[in-house]
Amino acid sequence: MTTSRQDVSLGMPQLPATPYPAEVRARLDADAKEVLARYPGSRSALLPLLHLVQSEEGYVSRTGMAFCAETLDLTTAEVTAVATFYSMYRRRPSGDYQVGVCTNTLCAVMGGDAIFDTLKEHLGVGNNETTEDGKVTLEHIECNAACDFAPVVMVNWEFFDNQTPQSATQLVDDLIAGRTVEPTRGAPICSYKETARILAGFPDERPGAVEATGGAGPASLVGLKLAKGEALPQARVVSPRDGQPKSAQPHDPSPSEHLSSHDAPQQTSASDPEHPAGPAAEEGE
Amino acid sequence: MTLAAEIDHNGTSPEKLLAPVLSAFWDQPDSWTLDTYRRHEGYEGLRKALAMAPDDLIAYVKDSGLRGRGGAGFPTGMKWQFIPQGDGKPHYLVVNADESEPGTCKDIPLLFANPHSLIEGIVIACYAIRSSHAFIYLRGEVVPVLRRLHEAVREAYEAGYLGTNILGSGLDLELTVHAGAGAYICGEETALLDSLEGRRGQPRLRPPFPAVAGLYACPTVVNNVESIASVPAILNKGKDWFKSMGSEKSPGFTLYSLSGHVTSPGQYEAPLGITLRQLLDMSGGIRAGHRLKFWTPGGSSTPMFTEEHLDVPLDYEGVGAAGSMLGTKALQCFDETTCVVRAVTRWTEFYAHESCGKCTPCREGTYWLVQLLRDIEAGQGEMADLDKLNDIADNINGKSFCALGDGAASPIFSSLKYFREEYEQHITGKGCPFDPARSTAWADDKNTDGKNAHRGVNA
Repeated sequence: MTTSRQDVSLGMPQLPATPYPAEVRARLDADAKEVLARYPGSRSALLPLLHLVQSEEGYVSRTGMAFCAETLDLTTAEVTAVATFYSMYRRRPSGDYQVGVCTNTLCAVMGGDAIFDTLKEHLGVGNNETTEDGKVTLEHIECNAACDFAPVVMVNWEFFDNQTPQSATQLVDDLIAGRTVEPTRGAPICSYKETARILAGFPDERPGAVEATGGAGPASLVGLKLAKGEALPQARVVSPRDGQPKSAQPHDPSPSEHLSSHDAPQQTSASDPEHPAGPAAEEGE
Repeated sequence: MTLAAEIDHNGTSPEKLLAPVLSAFWDQPDSWTLDTYRRHEGYEGLRKALAMAPDDLIAYVKDSGLRGRGGAGFPTGMKWQFIPQGDGKPHYLVVNADESEPGTCKDIPLLFANPHSLIEGIVIACYAIRSSHAFIYLRGEVVPVLRRLHEAVREAYEAGYLGTNILGSGLDLELTVHAGAGAYICGEETALLDSLEGRRGQPRLRPPFPAVAGLYACPTVVNNVESIASVPAILNKGKDWFKSMGSEKSPGFTLYSLSGHVTSPGQYEAPLGITLRQLLDMSGGIRAGHRLKFWTPGGSSTPMFTEEHLDVPLDYEGVGAAGSMLGTKALQCFDETTCVVRAVTRWTEFYAHESCGKCTPCREGTYWLVQLLRDIEAGQGEMADLDKLNDIADNINGKSFCALGDGAASPIFSSLKYFREEYEQHITGKGCPFDPARSTAWADDKNTDGKNAHRGVNA
């Protein structure tokens, strides 16, 4: 399968996908057998198998879809219909690190839009594009169930909580430079292919991966601390990654500032003609 | 009236208002392990459940009054009771861990810190509904949680809580952890079942309901993570203990997730019926120097509230009576720096992106809502657009295949109800009067380089 064949439309149907080399096929067959054994109905294995082929090639190729179809006795059209429905399946070769910036409303408002724009400029790529060195694919993502840690950035689906434009810039620089990157919640970042294998249902066998970053994140514990009569820190917890500039210092409220929402009447935000907001619409679809 | 005085005078300290059960030992070392779980009475509820007859167990959970924590609030025991018994078909339990509703962030921290509470609940539920194969459908985008679920399931098999003849009861149970692949709609229970069957995640027409024809057309219970994880404590400590919390129709404890422009975002486990004012008062309120403008009681699909709703009891009836839904108890708080048009536009873009495309009102309606909202936000709207927004939302709401459509209509209706003037300002002023840089988490931080915070936001 060559690029030019895909790019030039001659009105001809595509040739069948090139099969996997025999040794790859044998390895995938063994994995697929294990996946299939988990389900009473074989077709249920399709989503994990698509993750599995991503773990082989980093994206869902036509070869990968043909493999799934053959394994599950489906047509390639049936497999394609599923592979194109879900946003985690990449449809073209992409970076070693999938960097997703949450730009759903809450994270966007809390700074996700600024982070995403900063990364686009810093990396020189748009939404769902990959840096030239093939390291980082940048995308904006939807709510990732970590709103109490907003703004959130995900790298290969590990959590980087309470990010700022500066910390996120440092993060992608570290990824590109090949430095070890540890999330706020999750295990040290592995490659996208290795992540895809975990998603296919094969446990992460790296020592220490399960217990990495400890128990619940700080925000998860605030209610428990209060219930135990402990005092809360007054400031947000800022991502403790090493090597990044301390961008958000703990806020030290002066006595004149009120801590409650109910006894501090404030004017609504005045109009700022310098900054008329516009929708950050970057959907490429 | 200061908040400290209020707390002291009313005797409403956080210790009395909060009730950590699921989160009770999240701060303990290795909280996710079987050892830690056992040290905190883990799997004791299961022993008590296995001593009961399955039908009695269903009746017990029904009597406890536990209602679904995934949003709809359907009584959990009743769902179990709907499973036809003696029908000769396999029964399945599918746990909905596809937590994706914007603002919702309770199941993911729960599973990260305490996955065994879910596994114990699953074994109890499967014993009750006579199922020998259960599934956890976890959204794919949370690998740290997937890792801990894999490990917790392995531990549970090894310890004999899963597998054959569990604790000598004769119960056999297989548990499969299944990672999704990125689709909000799979949180809808019938779309989830289609997805679990290896198809595009599109909702099914009901009836038949999953209790009759669910996974592989067999009787299936689909429950939210938090619902199932709450069951072991009910068994262990008793239904009367459970009913001593909350209200008669909304008994028990639950996780409230506070996020946004608040001093202390996070998880607050409390009896149902606590108010946002109580939660804010105990946790430092809205971020210093700002005021609450609007908030959601249970994710973006629940109609938004304003400051006037601070005292609404956050239980199923209280929130319903005030014109919204308890939903997932995702309390997203936005202060006066936030443009409501920007917020609603972004949510609507989300619904348009996540619409599965099966039914026309949702697929087309959400698309056109986005077009109108983007124009309005950019100062290119017309006054007639506001009624058009309402009209389109009305053509989605209640006329779509599933609740995603209703959810898409909620922010439109409620924001127009409370903030119509702000929409009008965008139209008459030909632009947005808000500065997004003032809303960021670091906006008030004197040590932050302001340039970065501003950069490119208005692109």
